[in-house]
Amino acid sequence: MPPELADAFSRLPDYLGGHAAVSVTALAIGIAISLPLAFASLRRPALRGVLLGAASVVQTIPGLALLALFYPLLLGLAALSERIFGAGFSALGFLPSVLALTLYSMLPVLRNTVAGLQGIPPAIREAALGVGMTRRQSLFMVEIPLALPVIMAGIRTAAIWVIGAATLSTPIGQTSLGNYIFTGLQTQNWVFVLFGCAAAAIFALIVDQLLALMEAGLARRRRGLVATGALGLALVMAAALAPGLSRPAATYVIGTKPFTEQYVLASLIEQRLRAAGLSAATRDGLGSAVIFDALRAGDIDVYVDYTGTLWTGVMKRTGIKPRAEMLAETKAWLAREQGIDLVGGLGFENAYAILMRRDHAEALGVRSLADLAAHAPQLSIAGDYEFFGRPEWNAVRTAYGLTFREQRQMQPEFMYAAVASGEVDAIAGYTSDGRIAELKLTVLADPKQAIPPYDAVLLVSPRRATDAALHTALKPLIDRISLAAMQQANWRAANGANASPAQAAAWLWSEIKREKPAPR
Amino acid sequence: MTGTAPTISFENVTRRYGDAVALDRVSLDVRDRECLAVVGASGSGKTTLLRLINRLIDPSTGTVRVNGEDVQRTDAVALRRHIGYVFQGVGLFPHMTVAENIAITPRLLGWERGRIDARVDELIALVRLDAARYRNRLPSELSGGEAQRVGIARALAAEPRIMLMDEPFGALDPLTRDALNEDFRRLHETLGLTTVIITHDMLEALLIADRIAVIRAGRIVATDTPRALMTDAADEYVRELIAVPRRHAQRLNAFTGRA
Repeated sequence: MPPELADAFSRLPDYLGGHAAVSVTALAIGIAISLPLAFASLRRPALRGVLLGAASVVQTIPGLALLALFYPLLLGLAALSERIFGAGFSALGFLPSVLALTLYSMLPVLRNTVAGLQGIPPAIREAALGVGMTRRQSLFMVEIPLALPVIMAGIRTAAIWVIGAATLSTPIGQTSLGNYIFTGLQTQNWVFVLFGCAAAAIFALIVDQLLALMEAGLARRRRGLVATGALGLALVMAAALAPGLSRPAATYVIGTKPFTEQYVLASLIEQRLRAAGLSAATRDGLGSAVIFDALRAGDIDVYVDYTGTLWTGVMKRTGIKPRAEMLAETKAWLAREQGIDLVGGLGFENAYAILMRRDHAEALGVRSLADLAAHAPQLSIAGDYEFFGRPEWNAVRTAYGLTFREQRQMQPEFMYAAVASGEVDAIAGYTSDGRIAELKLTVLADPKQAIPPYDAVLLVSPRRATDAALHTALKPLIDRISLAAMQQANWRAANGANASPAQAAAWLWSEIKREKPAPR
Repeated sequence: MTGTAPTISFENVTRRYGDAVALDRVSLDVRDRECLAVVGASGSGKTTLLRLINRLIDPSTGTVRVNGEDVQRTDAVALRRHIGYVFQGVGLFPHMTVAENIAITPRLLGWERGRIDARVDELIALVRLDAARYRNRLPSELSGGEAQRVGIARALAAEPRIMLMDEPFGALDPLTRDALNEDFRRLHETLGLTTVIITHDMLEALLIADRIAVIRAGRIVATDTPRALMTDAADEYVRELIAVPRRHAQRLNAFTGRA
């Protein structure tokens, strides 16, 4: 078996367990809420309109956004509960995923139940009353059994939707089959991406077929079939959940944003903590909007962020300061305002940078952003989903008077290939990316220092701020990772060497040990 | 008033749907053990009349009494469980077997399992079907005539004294219809039922009923025995209705005379 496939299989119990737990819980709650609501709305057209309208609106919200919206909401609720009841709850992972997916599951169940019940001929309903049934008896003895095929079709649709959408719960910290997809996309591990998609599809199909079996049993009035389907579902759940339940919770949880460098650094931290005899686990692929709040709330204990991101995104500063000053000021602000401990910089910067193909830049005579301004109106530029909305872009644009012919947004992985192939002329890339050397790209100089410094920094949650064991384990990483080493490690994990993030992290550690600490 | 009090009585009953008047100040008595046919065209208000009896609908004004009691003061669900109702079309529940359909009202009344089973077999035989063959069939596996026999059996299941029948045999072929009419008339007598049967077919009414009420545009225009209606109906519309079967009979007689 190829090593990537073996790696993928080894993670299956964990990922599938998380996926099954979150999707089946959401589906069960969704059905438990939707069915009574649909029954109640049957003779109340106004309620029906509101319900179906609301469910449809929910459906139009992209899955990822819906999931992400629940995190801040729950964070607020958790803080409130902490104040009122003295006990909070984790707003990350399971809870927001279940809530969002529950909402997601409701439309097909509601709509099909209402449609199925409305499709019952009035003569049948009248006959039910005529033989002496109450409205309730008519509903449960006649109308629901007759509408069952339509209701079950809705439940099956919901099951497939929820199981598919559950892959999106990865960025809010719920382990799911989406971990394969998000990690795979970032590290260009297509085996992972396909494995994650296939696993989610197979899981959805199995659940769908078991529901179909129950439906057939109910329609043909064969208890055996219903029981077999129910038993099958129970077995699937048990099998999916068993490994997850037996897994001991790690003491230290390391968060990662969804890109290669973060996976490598999280692996490195995990390896260092384990080497120090501490139990550690990673929570992969958290959205950048979620991860800082997660650290502050103590849902994760450690992660790597970047000074420029914290400066503008969290501290809401506008001006730019030199690298060392920004680092010091950020550290002081985090400790003072949030109780978060910025342990130190790792030694390299992962800043935004405008990149061009070296030959292309030379042909145009462009060395810096200032040179670029004259050519920009004939050129196209691509950036990640954030970049053109970030203050850096505004700063760069105004500082150099840049106006491009075309601006495109794409997945960072595809951006590099696009500039290398000439699809776009320039990209807003990252200085620590391993492909800069590989693809012969050049970083355009920023003489006006419009782009702020992006020092990689280790952040520790308030509740771990004075944890000596943790700090001792992290200490050897501070100021020890050079830009070249990080680029190389990123390249190994994402592009060239077919290495897993853990292998790239191990290589990075060997580099750190080999080099003497750089005097700063 | 002669002898016993009427089993069902309408006292000046009006039923409106919005501005439309479906029944207009109707007064009518149905006597104990009588089979009363209500004859009228589509939309004349005859089905409304029937549904007022077991409170599938309520009157706008006036009073409907069953066994002397104002139905508005009774519990509608309990009332319906003690009145048999045979539906236009069929009205069997398609997801239930013949036996389950027949057992429904006894089940709602909380009868014991053994009593229900015995009653189901008894009823299937009563409507001249073979219990062993039909018990576990679904309605979709029955012919129209068989289905309506099951419909009658279901209506009789909880041993009601009153039967309401809404054009029960309208959709059946003439031979089946004739057989069912005769069979039902026999049941009506042996079980001592009080029956109100709705039909648009005057011939059917003449053959099955003790008395016929003719309804037109929400008003009762005549109530009398078949014989009396045949001989001296005062109302023009009633005479027209009676003329149809009479003309048919004359033409048939003409055929036999020629043969």
